[in-house]
Amino acid sequence: MTGTETVLGAPAERREGREKVTGTARYAAEFDVPGRAQCLPVPATVARGRVTGVDAAPALALPGVLAVLTHENAPRLAAPDDPVLAVLQSPRVPHRGWFVALVVAETLEAARAGAAAVRITYDAEGYDVTLTPSHPEAYVPQEVNAGYPGLREHGDPDAAFAASPARVDVEYRVPPLHNHPMEPHASTAYWDGDRLVVHTSSQGTNAVRAALAAMFELPEDRIRVVAEHVGGGFGSKGTPRPDVVLAAMAARHTGRPVTLALPRRCLPAVVGHRAPTLHRLRLGAEADGRLTSLVHEVTTHSSRIKEFVEQAAVPARVMYATPTARTLHRVARLDVPTPSWMRAPGEAPGMYALESALDELATELGMDPVELRIRNEPETEPDSGRPFSSRHLVECLREGARRFGWSERDPRPRSRAAGPLLVGTGVAAATYPVLVAPSTAAAQALPDGGFLVRTNATDIGTGARTVLAQVAADALGVPLERVRIEVGSTDLPPAPLAGGSSGTASWGWAVHEACVRLRDRLAGHSGPLPAEGVTASADTSGRADADQPWSRHAFGAHFAEVAVDTVTGEVRVRRLLGVFAAGRILNARTARSQFIGGMTMGLGMALTEDSTMDPAFGDFTQSDLASYHVPAHADVLSVEAHWVDEDDDHLNPMGSKGIGEIGIVGSAAAIGNAVHHATGIRFRELPLTPDRVLTGLLEHEHPAGTLGA
Amino acid sequence: MDSDRASAASRSPESHHSETTLRVNGKPHTLVVDHRRVLLDLLREDLGLTGAKKGCDHGQCGACTVLVDGRRVNSCLLFAVALDGCEVTTVEGLAGDGEELHPVQRAFLERDAFQCGYCTPGQICSAVGALAEAAAGHPSHVTDPATPSGEPVPLGREEIRERLSGNLCRCGAYPRIADAVEDVIP
Amino acid sequence: MKPFTYVRADSVEEATDAFAAHPGARYLGGGTNLVDLMKLGVEAPAALVDVHRLPLDTVEELPDGALRIGAMVRNSDLAAHPTVRDRYPALSQAVLAGASGQLRNAATTGGNLLQRTRCPYFQDVSKPCNKREPGTGCGALEGVHRDHAVLGYSQQCIATNPSDMAVALAALDARVELYGTEGARSVAAADFHRLPGDHPERDTEIRPGELITGVVLPAGPASASAYRKARDRASYAFALASVAAVLHMTDGVVDRVGIAFGALAHRPWRARRAEEALLGAAPTAAAFEHAVDLELAAARPLRDNAYKVPLARRLALDVLGRLAPPVTT
Repeated sequence: MTGTETVLGAPAERREGREKVTGTARYAAEFDVPGRAQCLPVPATVARGRVTGVDAAPALALPGVLAVLTHENAPRLAAPDDPVLAVLQSPRVPHRGWFVALVVAETLEAARAGAAAVRITYDAEGYDVTLTPSHPEAYVPQEVNAGYPGLREHGDPDAAFAASPARVDVEYRVPPLHNHPMEPHASTAYWDGDRLVVHTSSQGTNAVRAALAAMFELPEDRIRVVAEHVGGGFGSKGTPRPDVVLAAMAARHTGRPVTLALPRRCLPAVVGHRAPTLHRLRLGAEADGRLTSLVHEVTTHSSRIKEFVEQAAVPARVMYATPTARTLHRVARLDVPTPSWMRAPGEAPGMYALESALDELATELGMDPVELRIRNEPETEPDSGRPFSSRHLVECLREGARRFGWSERDPRPRSRAAGPLLVGTGVAAATYPVLVAPSTAAAQALPDGGFLVRTNATDIGTGARTVLAQVAADALGVPLERVRIEVGSTDLPPAPLAGGSSGTASWGWAVHEACVRLRDRLAGHSGPLPAEGVTASADTSGRADADQPWSRHAFGAHFAEVAVDTVTGEVRVRRLLGVFAAGRILNARTARSQFIGGMTMGLGMALTEDSTMDPAFGDFTQSDLASYHVPAHADVLSVEAHWVDEDDDHLNPMGSKGIGEIGIVGSAAAIGNAVHHATGIRFRELPLTPDRVLTGLLEHEHPAGTLGA
Repeated sequence: MDSDRASAASRSPESHHSETTLRVNGKPHTLVVDHRRVLLDLLREDLGLTGAKKGCDHGQCGACTVLVDGRRVNSCLLFAVALDGCEVTTVEGLAGDGEELHPVQRAFLERDAFQCGYCTPGQICSAVGALAEAAAGHPSHVTDPATPSGEPVPLGREEIRERLSGNLCRCGAYPRIADAVEDVIP
Repeated sequence: MKPFTYVRADSVEEATDAFAAHPGARYLGGGTNLVDLMKLGVEAPAALVDVHRLPLDTVEELPDGALRIGAMVRNSDLAAHPTVRDRYPALSQAVLAGASGQLRNAATTGGNLLQRTRCPYFQDVSKPCNKREPGTGCGALEGVHRDHAVLGYSQQCIATNPSDMAVALAALDARVELYGTEGARSVAAADFHRLPGDHPERDTEIRPGELITGVVLPAGPASASAYRKARDRASYAFALASVAAVLHMTDGVVDRVGIAFGALAHRPWRARRAEEALLGAAPTAAAFEHAVDLELAAARPLRDNAYKVPLARRLALDVLGRLAPPVTT
């Protein structure tokens, strides 16, 4: 099969690209079903309490307002597994911004006016939204996200630390962060008799269907959920969100098709956030750099209604060889919005702290930070002792150093200046687990010589359609153009969500198997195909989720060059270069875009992104895109992504690892380490905004005003 | 309110609605619009042109960018009634009638200058507007003040980045977008 | 958003008459801030008098050499105007440092002067704000106020004025021309915006129904001027602090100087004390430091914004240092 070599891995153009550049790709709020009404939610204005009264009359009196749903009149639903979906089911207000009413109206304008006119009264209660490292209510959870244990300990890390010749004992802080995909969460819903149809902006519609079926007590086969195009998610659309439940309720209540597109300002409170993490790291090492002790303790928050624990100490269980270790999570349940998944949950904040601390250790030891990492390369996964299915971190570090020109670096901090600018470079490692879930797929050979491959994958911008077509063409041994692919609907064979960097591996495995089966079936077939074609299907249950003896992770290395303006404290990332070892890269073009995208989000995490929990009001101060600063074009100069070839037979038939998240892991640390190299100052709280950096520059050595004047 | 109605009645048949004519992608449309309706919602809800996107609805993301009388603007912040007689071009109208894409659209495809695609129509319209502005001699924040006034501004990457900074992209396609725009600079 | 009456004015007189005839009216220029605030429910006009097509869209040189910018000149056209770029570079730079290309294409000169604070408590109608709703309190005082004022605030309001353009106009000794039913008048740009005092609901000295018709930049000897801004991201962000400065020297001493700070106060902060200290002085680094420190001695940072004082100081010293010719002693 020489031809297939070029299909899988080839930089095939995005299949939906033309629709996207011509504006014809349709997103969830853009299905103009005849008679469609528009909805807008009413957020709670107290941080904790109960709704004591609803006066919908002023809203209902407005022209065009059709209905006001509240806990008093909304359809009663069965209790959901995820408590954030239990909207308008009780008067309880668990946090500010929780939806307490929904206005349905003929037009967007009427809905907006209606939402402003609803009068809600509350019985407000005292609240606590402030996380501290020693919060009295913090506890060590049994499990953290993704099912990892809350605490792991090997040997006596405290004694080993005390006895270590080189020691780093430092605290880092990562603030709450928000996903803010460009398309706000939106759902269009209508009832077709006793069948519910929903277009929603989701990373996985089978999960949406399951949640709706449970809550509305309907068999799944009476619900159709479609997510044809999704304007980004980054985790915030990984689980069903209140918009889809509200839209289905409003459609049932009014008998009309409805669209609910959440206003941007509502998102911070109701679609999740990366919880703040307060890190304490203690690293002990021998004089040669070998770790003797590693302690990573993380304190984070969750809401009153749900325990969600950002697993930020987990990557320390994977990265470096150490004879003693403790990795520990504490969580305090506060009156805050419920945190949720955001790109590389756990790894992104955890590796920021760990890789920054490692840089501090390198400084302490007077050792090159690349070499320090290589010195601590483990034989097997440090925490579990399992062998790695493949691990090429050292290759990534070496290749990155070569491409970046690391050898020319003067390791002394504050050794490069250009006028008022201080220039520095930094490095950090990256890791992300290989996740995969069972999936189904069907492949059909058509009489016209074409092939139709169907699976309910979701393309949230990763290029799922494109890469799955490549997987299919490769397995079938046919040219790419002959493969048509259908994704994004529960009408298709069930498939898991686009999340955890697991989509391509999960869906691709099923697609590969279905296509191999179909090819075998066709090999035994002679003569023209029947009108209905020939079909084969696959279900990877029991294999994709089978226990396996390997520790499976992607690895990577980031190199950053920054310029710090000593006049203003403004930091600019001049260069960001990443090298990744992520199995086989299935589409060089879309993979590069994903790596670069993750790195860019890491740049935002390092420099600009910050959600502040307002102690006075109990919500996030930055509620819009003017105040929550995702990086703009001008912030993103040179960002390069490369990869090293990696053959790993212990993954899936394509040999791929996930690539959607590893780009954000470690990039913030590389930038922070570069800022330290530039300035000689260690900043331990993100983001590195001018207020912090300038304050640091002033405190560091200079009497006010002598720099850059 | 009654006096409002009386005085406004001389100008429009109904106090809170007005007849408005716009040319959109070359075609005239006359609609009676709610004064509260912004151009973005008129395009998306009344004309079925959903290419312009609603990312923030407050002029903070650029996803709604269209060209009005040839200039790029945030359509979410323009009341449609105030645009009576204006010429609007959306991403759907850039290419003309044929199959052929606008050069900026083609460059975006070739450079993989997007992922989720939600900011893409705004980026493309913004790039078209920005190229025209530079050709007309409009400086940007990063233009060297010594550049002669009134002459076309050459667009290096720093200029492209600055001029497109009103279009956020959460997928982080910025370097690819700059590549695409660079490709179409004459 | 409440329904509103819409009136398009074809002349300044028609505009002011229409405003007077419609209680609860607002003028609509480019709309980039007003429409935003109407969506938030912060502004709820009963009528909009659309002035964006008034024939106030030209930049013209007056017989005395002054430059008159029509109130409806778009920010992008203002920044690109050759005379503005050549004679008043700080103004062009300030405009280009703000917002985005799209917003500058829509926003007008008059509207830019009337844009309202981006204080998050002002923008959120569920929270107290004396500016939005007098008597409700100031949410920012106890809340999150890293971006708020360090100069001239009151316990009623600690918001800052968000305009970049207005900072340059204040430093450049521009005048704001107004027209109302009582006739035309003009106000110095530096005095156009108010300090909050006990009436933070009043941003400016404009009288009810008055319309900004233009801005006049004074004639005079060509002076070096510049604007610099610090912000959280490289573009498309409001200032953390900014400075505009104009400097002119004769015989080695400063004989004309204008300095204004942005994002430090409820209005562009004209640094009169610093200017007085510099007039007649040689433009040395020491003189600049002395002058700027004199001005910023009045600063009273809040819990979370102490950084603004050194940031403003450094920006000012940087800009003044670049405007001053190299000292040749």
